[in-house]
Amino acid sequence: MSRPAGTTGRWVREHLVLLLGLLVLVYTFVPIAVVVLMSFNDPDSRLIYRFDGFTIDNWLNPCAEPSMCDAVVRSVEIGLLATVLATLLGTLAAFAMVRHRFVGRSTANLLVFLPMAAPEIVLGASLLALFVASGLGGQLGFWTILVAHVMFCLSFVIVAVRARLAGLDDTLEQAAMDLYATPAQTFWRVTFPLVFPGILGAALLAFSLSFDDFIITNLNAGNTTTFPMYVWGVAQRGVPMQVNVVGTVMLVLSIAIVLAGELRARRRAGR
Amino acid sequence: MTSTAQPPPLVDALPTAEAEPPEQGGSRRRGGLTGYLLLLPATLWLLLFFVVPFYSLVATSLFDPSGSDFRGYEMTWEFGNYVDAVRDYWQPLLRSLWYGGLATLFCLVLGYVLAYAIAFKAGRWKNLLLVLVVAPFFTSFLVRTLSWKLILADDGFVVETLQFLHLLGDDGRLLATPVAVVAGLTYNFLPFMVLPLYASLEKIDPRLIEASGDLYANPFVGFFKVTWPLSLPGVVSGTLLTFIPAAGDFINAQLLGSPNQRMVGGVVQSLFTDANDYPAAGALSVIMMGGILMMVLVYVRRAGTEDLL
Repeated sequence: MSRPAGTTGRWVREHLVLLLGLLVLVYTFVPIAVVVLMSFNDPDSRLIYRFDGFTIDNWLNPCAEPSMCDAVVRSVEIGLLATVLATLLGTLAAFAMVRHRFVGRSTANLLVFLPMAAPEIVLGASLLALFVASGLGGQLGFWTILVAHVMFCLSFVIVAVRARLAGLDDTLEQAAMDLYATPAQTFWRVTFPLVFPGILGAALLAFSLSFDDFIITNLNAGNTTTFPMYVWGVAQRGVPMQVNVVGTVMLVLSIAIVLAGELRARRRAGR
Repeated sequence: MTSTAQPPPLVDALPTAEAEPPEQGGSRRRGGLTGYLLLLPATLWLLLFFVVPFYSLVATSLFDPSGSDFRGYEMTWEFGNYVDAVRDYWQPLLRSLWYGGLATLFCLVLGYVLAYAIAFKAGRWKNLLLVLVVAPFFTSFLVRTLSWKLILADDGFVVETLQFLHLLGDDGRLLATPVAVVAGLTYNFLPFMVLPLYASLEKIDPRLIEASGDLYANPFVGFFKVTWPLSLPGVVSGTLLTFIPAAGDFINAQLLGSPNQRMVGGVVQSLFTDANDYPAAGALSVIMMGGILMMVLVYVRRAGTEDLL
């Protein structure tokens, strides 16, 4: 502290970095702000994408474009099913990987890692090649999308739950066992509640990955239209502002879920 | 550090250099059949819908190119498909590497600043800021990219400001240029960079950085000799997690660019869905996958973090 130059440097570093960091964060929110703003837009023409006037009509009639709502419903259906399946399979696998011995651990790790490292277009193209080769080329639709979504969500679920499990202090479980809890009781009363936030986070991530996927879905969808595919289609023809309503709702819902989890965790920690 | 607050689970969820958790008490792992049974469903799913399809893709890439969806394809071990694919599409291939690389570089600079600020300067706002980093991730990718179209529009604020500052000619534009595409890519994949960087930076003991200061290193030397090397695992996984999807992406190129900014993902997509030229699309996808795998291996070995896999 005796060197003023160093102190100045330190001060600049301390505050400048924080300021720059916040600026980067603001940059990531500019397009989000535009999405929220455009959800209140009253466009003069659908062909020109700009803010023309304020209205709440888009919020009052979110389904003015029935095909958009159909697509949203389909995306939600696929998202929920894919989330349940991927979370279930992924959680089981994560338990195996952290808690059990098995031959071929590094192969299993690689198998989990590769789908995350492969570009989406390759994953989608591979599945399409398989479906076509096995004569399912004409039956692309809901079920082929679901299969694809479970596949790419699985790795993320496994990694998320595995991280939570590995970070778990197992003295609590040992204590339960010492107090004569059966393995089943230990699992359901101690282990599972501790891992549950990780599973929930993984499920949330899986749902948003599924709901948002375009590249893989588009190759394996046949004539079925999901929400991202709908947006892709209208991007060329003129975008109904209700698309921004969906975007805003997604944002608000996910922030609410994450914050609720945070608050719960904080209240627990405070107790 | 007395705070025991855990980062939000979503942060754990993104793969980092520490993808494989440390072997804490490997001896405590249980043996027996249960492990295999637990592992079976997920493994089967990945084998059936990830490994087998990839073989199928490789097979498709070697089909007789004169076949069609309609007449069926014949396996003729047509390695010429690869030569044709490179000859016809070397431009989008190189362009994808270039745009993906540029976007990754920008993400690294922006992401490092943000991750550093969160890890060392945010204090009790850490978790809130982390939530904010992943928040944009939850608004539809396509809808967000459409917003960029509005932000960068010809009569928009950004273009007019740049024109006013003479950084852009009077009839200059951003949409339909590489600038717009790279900006879109940078924006869309930034969270993939920030989270692994944060995970690495967060583990650094701030006393080490203080120590470098006490030993008369100026902040810059301290940064490059202490912080940067210790954050390398995060840099490696962050750049990979950003580069791979960015190079494979075609949504930004399509929505924000023009046909002159076409990327290889878009070519594969239209070969499959519009041209129905499966062998060419297959060959191009295999080239992409091979290129990326090679890059990952070389890069990971160079950076000395083999435990990434």
